Amino acid sequence: MGKRWRRSAGLLAVMGLAVAGCSSNSTPTTTATGGDSAKAPGTGGKAVGFIFVGPKDDYGYNQAAFEGSQDVAKAFPSLKVLTAENVPEDDNATRVMEGMIANGAKIIFATSYGHLDPAKKVAAAHPDVVVIQQGNIATGTIPPNFGTYFGTVYEPVYLAGIAAGKATKTNKLGYVYAFPISQSIDNINAFELGAKSVNPAAKTYVVNTSNWCDPGKQAEAANSLLSQGVDVITQHQDCTATVIKTAEAKGAFTVGYHADASTLAPKGWLTGSQWRWGPLYTEIVQTTIDGKFTGSKFNANYRVGLKTGSNPFVQSPYGPSVSAETKADIDKARAAISAKDGSPFKGPVMSQDGKVLFADGMVPDYAAIEDLKVFVDGVVGKLPS
Amino acid sequence: MSLPVEVMVGAVRGGTSILYAALGETVSERAGVINLGTEGCMLVGALTGYAVTASTGNPWVGVIAGAGAGALLALVHAVLVLSRGANQLATGLVVLFLGLGLTSLFGAAYVGRSINAFTPIAIPGLSSIPGLGDIFFNHDPLTYLSYLAGPAVWWFLYRSRPGLIMRAAGERQEVLAAYGHSPLRTRYLAVIGGGALAGIGGAQLSTAYANAWFENMTQGRGFIAVALVIFAAWHPLRAVGGAYLFGAALALSPALQARGYGFNQFALDAIPYLVTIGVLVVLGRKRAHAAPEGLKKVFEMTGA
Repeated sequence: MGKRWRRSAGLLAVMGLAVAGCSSNSTPTTTATGGDSAKAPGTGGKAVGFIFVGPKDDYGYNQAAFEGSQDVAKAFPSLKVLTAENVPEDDNATRVMEGMIANGAKIIFATSYGHLDPAKKVAAAHPDVVVIQQGNIATGTIPPNFGTYFGTVYEPVYLAGIAAGKATKTNKLGYVYAFPISQSIDNINAFELGAKSVNPAAKTYVVNTSNWCDPGKQAEAANSLLSQGVDVITQHQDCTATVIKTAEAKGAFTVGYHADASTLAPKGWLTGSQWRWGPLYTEIVQTTIDGKFTGSKFNANYRVGLKTGSNPFVQSPYGPSVSAETKADIDKARAAISAKDGSPFKGPVMSQDGKVLFADGMVPDYAAIEDLKVFVDGVVGKLPS
Repeated sequence: MSLPVEVMVGAVRGGTSILYAALGETVSERAGVINLGTEGCMLVGALTGYAVTASTGNPWVGVIAGAGAGALLALVHAVLVLSRGANQLATGLVVLFLGLGLTSLFGAAYVGRSINAFTPIAIPGLSSIPGLGDIFFNHDPLTYLSYLAGPAVWWFLYRSRPGLIMRAAGERQEVLAAYGHSPLRTRYLAVIGGGALAGIGGAQLSTAYANAWFENMTQGRGFIAVALVIFAAWHPLRAVGGAYLFGAALALSPALQARGYGFNQFALDAIPYLVTIGVLVVLGRKRAHAAPEGLKKVFEMTGA
C-alpha cells in the first residue's frame, strides 16, 4: 500500500519539478553568467539531483541507482536528494533537470544511457552545475562541469562465467540479451571467456529479444535455449524474473544479473552480478563539493574496475550447489584480474571467425574492450546485423 | 526437438494469450462494438490474475479475478460508448491508457514477487505422441482450456440462439429491437464478455506463460488481437489460427538463434507482423463484406 502512494507522489513530484523548470527557465542562466565564475562548478548547492529512466522499484538497474542515491542522502545529511523516476530520454529529461537546478541542485546524476544528450545540454546551459552521466561515453572535448562514469560490468560476469562453466554438464550455456549494444557484447564475451577458462568445451548460445522487458519473448527465448540442451542460463534484460523462473522450472542453473534473485531459483541459482552504486556516488559528490571536480578523474569518461577502485558492479552471493572448489577458482580469478596486468580479456582472445582480437599476453584497456563489435570464439550465434 | 516442432510448440505457448483476447474481441465486434482497449483489458487481467494468485495461492482464483478485472474495464468502455454515445475508437484508446496507468500504479508491489503459478501438465498417453504430443499436450491448464474456447465461441455465435441475437445486434439492431430484444443489453453483454476473455488472456500471460508481472508486460499483444479479428474477417476459428500463426512467427526467431543462425535484426523483428498480416489478408480477402453492419458505421464515423 505504502509503495504505490509513494510512487504516485513521486510522479507528482516529477510533474512539479517539470513545471518549476518551465516557469523558472531564465533564473539559473542569470546565476551562471552572473559573475560567480570564480566558484568551482558543483559547489554551494543545497541539493543533489538524480534522474532515472524507469521506476525506482524495478528490481533492476533503476532500483540499484535509486538505492545509490539514498546512500548519498545518508552520507550528506545537509544536502537534499531530489529524485525523479520514469524520466524519458528526451527533452523531458532536460526539463526535469532544469527543475532540479531551480530547486537548488548543483550536482545532477543522469543515470540512463540515453540521458547523455539532455545531460550535455543542461551542462552547457549551467556552467556552475556539475552534470554527470551514467553508462554512456561522451565524445569530443569534455566541458569542465561534465563527465560520464560506469563500472566494468563484465568483470563480475566473467567470474560468474566460471561458476557456469563448472556447473554445466552439457557444456552448453545460454545467454538471453536484448540488443547488440557494447555492454551486452562485453558481457556475453566475458561470460564465455570465464566459462572457457575452467571448461574449454563450454559454449555460450545467444538469443536476443529486441526488447528490454517483454516477459513473453523472454519465456520463448529461455525455452528455445533449454530445448537445445542448455543447462545454465543467464541474461542481460531489464526485468529478469521470467528467464530465471523458466530455467528453475526446467531444472537448469541460473546466473543472475542486476540483482540478487536467488529467492526466485532456490535450487538452480549459482551466482550473478549486481549493482552497488553508493560508494562511487558518494565519492563523486564529495569530490565535487570540495570544488575538485574539474580536472578530476570524474571530469572524463571514468570507468572503474577491480584494478582501479570499487567497481559498482559486484558479484552476487552463491547458491547452494556451488562447490568449494569453484569458489576457490573464482577467488583466484578475481585476484588475477585485479592485478596490474590482469583482465578478463587478457590475450590471447580470438573472435568467432578465428581472428586475433587481443594478442597473447596483451592487456586491453577499458576503451578497447568497450569497442569490441564481435563475439569471441566459443559463442554460438551471430550478432544481428 | 526439431525446428518445426519447436516452432509449433512455441506457437501454442505464445499464441494462447492472444487467442483468448482475439476471441473476446470477436464477440464484441460481432455485436458491433470495437474495443481498442483490449490491450488494457489484458493488462488488468494480467495484474489482477497475478496479484490474486499471490494472495490466495490459487491460480484458478487468480484467473477468475483476472477475467473479472478485464470485464470491469470493458464495462467502462461499454458505458462510455453505449450509454454515453462516445466514439468507439477514441474511447478504446482511453480505456487502454486507463488500464496501463492503473496497472503501473498498483502493479509496482508485485514486481519480482513469486507466485504459485500454473505449470505444464503432460497429458498421459497423448503427450507421448511424437511431435503432436509436444505441440499440444504438454502445456498449462489454461492452454488446454483455450482448445475448447475457439469452438465454444464459434458454436455460441453460429449455433445458439443468444449468439444469433448477439450477431443481430451487430448487424441490424433495429430488427433486433423489433423482435423485442434490447440491442443495448446485448451489446453490453458482448463487450463485457469480450473483456473477460481478454482478461483471461492477460492472466495466462502472467500466471502461466511468463510467470511474472511487469509494467506493460503485454507489449502490444492486445492490439495484435484486435488486428487479428479484422484480418480473420470476424470468424472465431480463423482468429484462433491467426493467434497461433503469430505465436509461431514469434517463436521462430529464438528457435533459429538458439541453433546458431544469424539474421537481419529488423527482418527478424518484423516477421511476426508480416507473416500474420500476409496470410490473413490472403485468406480474408474475399470476405471483406463479412464486417458486421454495425461495425461499418463505426469506421465511417457516423455513430456508435
